[in-house]
This record gives sequence, structure tokens and C-alpha cells, in this order.
Amino acid sequence: MTAKTPLAALAAVTLALSGALAAGADAQTAPASPVGADADSTAASTTISGPTGADVYANVCAACHMPDAMGAVGAGFYPALANNPRLLGSRYPAYIVVKGMNGMPPMADMLDDQQIADVVNYVRTNFGNDYPGPISPTEIAALR
Amino acid sequence: MTDTPQFAPGFAMNKRELLSLIGKSAGAGAMLMAMAPLNQAHASTFTGPIKLDGGAKGKSVLVLGAGVAGMVAALELSRAGYEVKVLEYNPRVGGRAWTIKGGDTFTELGGATQTCEFAEGNYINPGPWRIPTEHGGLIHYCQELGVALEPFQQNNYNAYLHSTSAFGGQPQRYKTIQADYYGHVSELLAKAVNQNALNDAVTAEDAEILLESLRSWGALDSNMRYVRSAESARRRGWSKGPGGGLTAEPIPSDPLDISTVLKSGMWRNIGTHLSNEHQHAIFQPVGGMGQIAAGFDRAVGHLIRLNSKVTAISQDDSGVTVDYMDTRTEERLSARADYCICTIPLSVLAQIPLNVNAPLAAAIKAVPYRPSVKIGLEFKRRFWEQDEQIFGGITSTNLPISQISYPSYGYGSRGPGVLLGAYTGGAMSYELTGQSPAQRVQRAVDWGAQIHPQYREEFMNGISVGWHRVPWTLGCFGMWSEESRATHYRNLCEIDGRFMVAGEHASYIGGWIEGAITSSLDVIERLHQRVQAG
Repeated sequence: MTAKTPLAALAAVTLALSGALAAGADAQTAPASPVGADADSTAASTTISGPTGADVYANVCAACHMPDAMGAVGAGFYPALANNPRLLGSRYPAYIVVKGMNGMPPMADMLDDQQIADVVNYVRTNFGNDYPGPISPTEIAALR
Repeated sequence: MTDTPQFAPGFAMNKRELLSLIGKSAGAGAMLMAMAPLNQAHASTFTGPIKLDGGAKGKSVLVLGAGVAGMVAALELSRAGYEVKVLEYNPRVGGRAWTIKGGDTFTELGGATQTCEFAEGNYINPGPWRIPTEHGGLIHYCQELGVALEPFQQNNYNAYLHSTSAFGGQPQRYKTIQADYYGHVSELLAKAVNQNALNDAVTAEDAEILLESLRSWGALDSNMRYVRSAESARRRGWSKGPGGGLTAEPIPSDPLDISTVLKSGMWRNIGTHLSNEHQHAIFQPVGGMGQIAAGFDRAVGHLIRLNSKVTAISQDDSGVTVDYMDTRTEERLSARADYCICTIPLSVLAQIPLNVNAPLAAAIKAVPYRPSVKIGLEFKRRFWEQDEQIFGGITSTNLPISQISYPSYGYGSRGPGVLLGAYTGGAMSYELTGQSPAQRVQRAVDWGAQIHPQYREEFMNGISVGWHRVPWTLGCFGMWSEESRATHYRNLCEIDGRFMVAGEHASYIGGWIEGAITSSLDVIERLHQRVQAG
């Protein structure tokens, strides 16, 4: 990670996302609130089970970033994670997974520290990325 | 009133006469209820058709997005005299007011294209699919635009509750669980009253009334017990139902014991049907939610430019310029107007260059979008009706599909029939969205077959929409928390110079069309006031 740009990006993300963290969890688990929607509450599982980073990627990230991590473009876009220099440092992608970004929901309530660490480490060492310095679950806990 | 002359064909009675008649015969409560269909009393903030008097002062408005919010703005502002133009990304109008029927194609992000194979007349609504009584704004526009409505079955007492961890995975009829839950709770409460355990809370006189109400509510016998009886069987279902002739005598059924009912967890599903938005009467457009889009298209279609992808929005002292690209020709174009009403989902808008003040910019980035998947499945015959006597309504399950909704149209037709085979939120939505359309459909069939074994024999084809793969929303709808509301909601709704936001995301009725309509009406009223003030 080169020092200046990613830190600046991190600060900008922090600013933009203040207040957004609780949104995903609240709306997913309490759709009958005044913030209700045309969606019934579900008794189905609200957490992801998957023992490896590859499983978490397939069961969560691939929905938007695509199975090949190439992202997609429509009226809006999902950035490609493949060959992405922004993954040079581990904290930036970890922060995005924990807190969300713009329309991307935060994953903090759905994934535990180990799963987030695993998936960040998986993405940083696959899809044409080969970045050293895996992140630990302890470091993920500190981002929550 | 024993007859209903106001609904008789050819019978003309003006509104004041009718309300006066109802008021005399049935009291004020009945009058209030009777006002609702006449657009005078509604539970949302909709209070009747908007009046934008005073002229448009020659002003122009550029509307971004031809969903319901955008088309309401276009309709009402053009009526008020404004010069209106609408830009829409899709090759169709309506946004999430959308129906998929046979022959339709849908290409999701990632490139997978599905062509719907449903037989004529069958469809699913991938987005919103029902119209509560209290959504008066949407009902108003349906009436005005000639969109016919029919009843949507929300709570069907003969549909199932299903849990893989209760009753050995055997589905239970909703009416059975509700009757047994109400019955046992009533019996317990009656015991508490009779043991004087509630003396601090109810007077002796009220206790008598309470006991009588519990007998009625819980179908208790003369000894205040919830037991096998004609009373309980009339709620939960008979072991052998009543009929005529020599086989007529009914046989009551045995209630479940209270521990079984409580441990099943199925009581959770009773509350779902009690919320204002799920109470009967609920409606759906005849032919699907796409008919709402068609209704608006008839009214304002001439103002809309399709296939237009917004790439930048820039305001200055005298107007707003919007850069856009024709998605077919890739030609770069721009449009300019005095004001801009933007209904683009925040998930997409957050990615478009836009010069607004910091509070609005932060609000646009503060709303994550909900994951959701809907899967429509077509079967050779309507076995849920023919074999299981389920006519419309919803079966709830703890399987990942979350629910099965049976069609509230075409009852009794021989088939093929289409049901909603999955409607998920939460974690499972990501997993399903990440899979191919064929995989999603196959898994919905596998799960659903645990409730309806007929799936295996009768399945024909299916179609799925994972909302995070929808190219023009990047998710299902905006999710607000109390915290994000407090910080950002008002900033999102305030007019910023000449730019303003509308849509379900700028409402307290998120994910419902009524939120889009009331948001749109609210902002165009404020815009019009500003124009009037000069």
C-alpha cells in the first residue's frame, strides 16, 4: 500500500458512510418497522455459512462483483476486483466489507471476523491479484 | 345500509348525498371507512389529487427516470403547464413496476439473458406485487389511468406454514396453527382471570367481559377450555367435514398441544398478516404491475426518451445540464432545463458525477440497497388448487425460498399455472443472486418440492430476478436505519439549488410504490411553490 492515496480514500469512505452501518442489518431483520417494505419477514437464515474465503466469495461477493471478479456495468456499475491495485493494502477492502459503500450493504452482521478476513485474503491472492500481508480476524474486529 | 345502491350500475348518487346517507344509518365510523374509496381519507400522506395552480411561469423540468415517481412528476407538472422531458435508461417505462410474462427477455448484470417461457396469461411481478388499501395515492392513479384492480390474496387460511424443524417437515394449514395458538392463549388467560391473578389489572366487571371475549376469540368450550369440539373444529378444520345426506355428520379434530404449537415457532407468521400493509383488502393490477407502467405510458409516454443512460448532472445559477448516452447508438447527448427531478436509485446516483452541497451528497451515499430474489415457476397444472385447495395466498417456510405465493388470478383454470416459488431477503439472496438463472430455478424447485411433492412431476420452466443483478437499480430498494434517517433523510429530500430527489428511497414507505408517489408529489409541490414565489 502506498501511503497517501489509500488512506485518503479510506477517510473519504469513512465520512461518506457515517450512519450507514446499521442500515443493512436493521432493514433486513426488521422489515415490519415504519420503514417497512413490500417484503415479508423471513425466518430463513440471516448469516452465511462457508468455511473458506472462496465459499464466502461465491456466496456473497459474486452476486455483484461476479464469479470471475470482473464486475459489471449497467446504469451503474460494480467495480472489478480482478487485477485491482486498490487491493494492495488489506485494510481498504476489509473496511468496505465491514462498513459497505454507497449502495453496497455492510456485511458486518452477516459475516464473522474470520470469514471477512478469509474473503479479503482470498480476493487479494486470486483473480490476478497477488498481494502479500494477509489480514487477521483481530484486525477485522478492530474495524467494526 | 342493507343494499348498496352506490355500486349498482346506472345508479347515480352524488358524493355528499352518499356520505350523508351512510352517516345517518351507520354512524361516523362507517362514514370514515366509506370515504376511503372516494379518495378523501387515506392512511398514507396522500390526501387527494394534487393541485398545482398559478401556472408554470414558462419553466422547464428534466425528470430522470421513468419509474412511477418520475412519471407522476411528469404527469402532474405537464398538466400544470411546465415543459417536461423524461430520460429513462431502460427500453421500457415503469422501473420496478414491472411484470415478466411469456416471451419477455431479461438480461442481468453479468450478461445472462433469460427468455420467459410462461404460457399466455401467466406472469410474475419481480418487484412490488400488491397494493394495500391504505396506499391511496397508487389506487388514485390506477383509477385515473384506467388500470383495473383485482383482489390479491395475502392471508389464505388454507395455505401452509412450513418448518424443517417442526412436525417432521410436514406443512401445517395456517388456520390450524392460528386456531390452536389463539385457543391455548385464551384458555391460559382465562385460567389466570379465574385464579384472580389479574385482579390488579382488571375489575371484576371487566373480568367477566374478558372471559366472554376469550371464549369468543379462542373458540373455548363452556368450561373455558380449548379442546376437541365443534367450536374449535370450525376454526382449525374438521377431522371429517360436514356435508349432506347420510354421510353428513362432521367429526371434530384434535387440537395440537400448547407445547407443540409454541415450539413450532409457526406463531411468528401470524403477525405478518396483521400489519396495515398486509391487511385485506389488498389489490393487484389485472395482468400484473406492468399495467401501472402501461397506464402512465398512455398518459406521459410522449414526454419520455428511452435508452438514455445518464452520465453526469451539473447545475448552475440558471439551470441543470444532464449528459446522457443513447444505449443503442452510444451517441453522447445532453439536455438542459430550469430544474431537475432525479428519481434514479441512490445506488446508481451515488456513482454519477453531480454537483450538490455536502449534506445531499452524503445522503445519496448513505443508503445501502436491499438484496432480494424472486423466482417464478410454471407447472403443468395448478396442483395447489386441484390437490390441496389453496386458492391464492402465501405459504411461509424457513427454507431459503422463504415463501411460495399462489396466483391470485385464473382460479380453476386447468393450467399451466405460475406461482412465485421464492421471495428472499437477507443472506440467502446473495448466494442465489451469485448463481446462474438455471441454478436458482433448480434450487427453488428442489426446496419447494419439500412442501409440494408435485413439483417434481409438474415443473415446466422458471425465471429468476436477483435484484443486485438488475442493471438499473443495483439492488431492490433503499434500506434506512433510524440512525441514517436522523442524519440524512431530510437532507435527501430538501431541494438543492435546482436539483431534487424523488422515489421510494425518499420516503417512509420504502420499497412500495406509494412511497415513490408520495415522495414525488411532495417534491413537485415544493418546487411549484418555489416557482410561484419567483
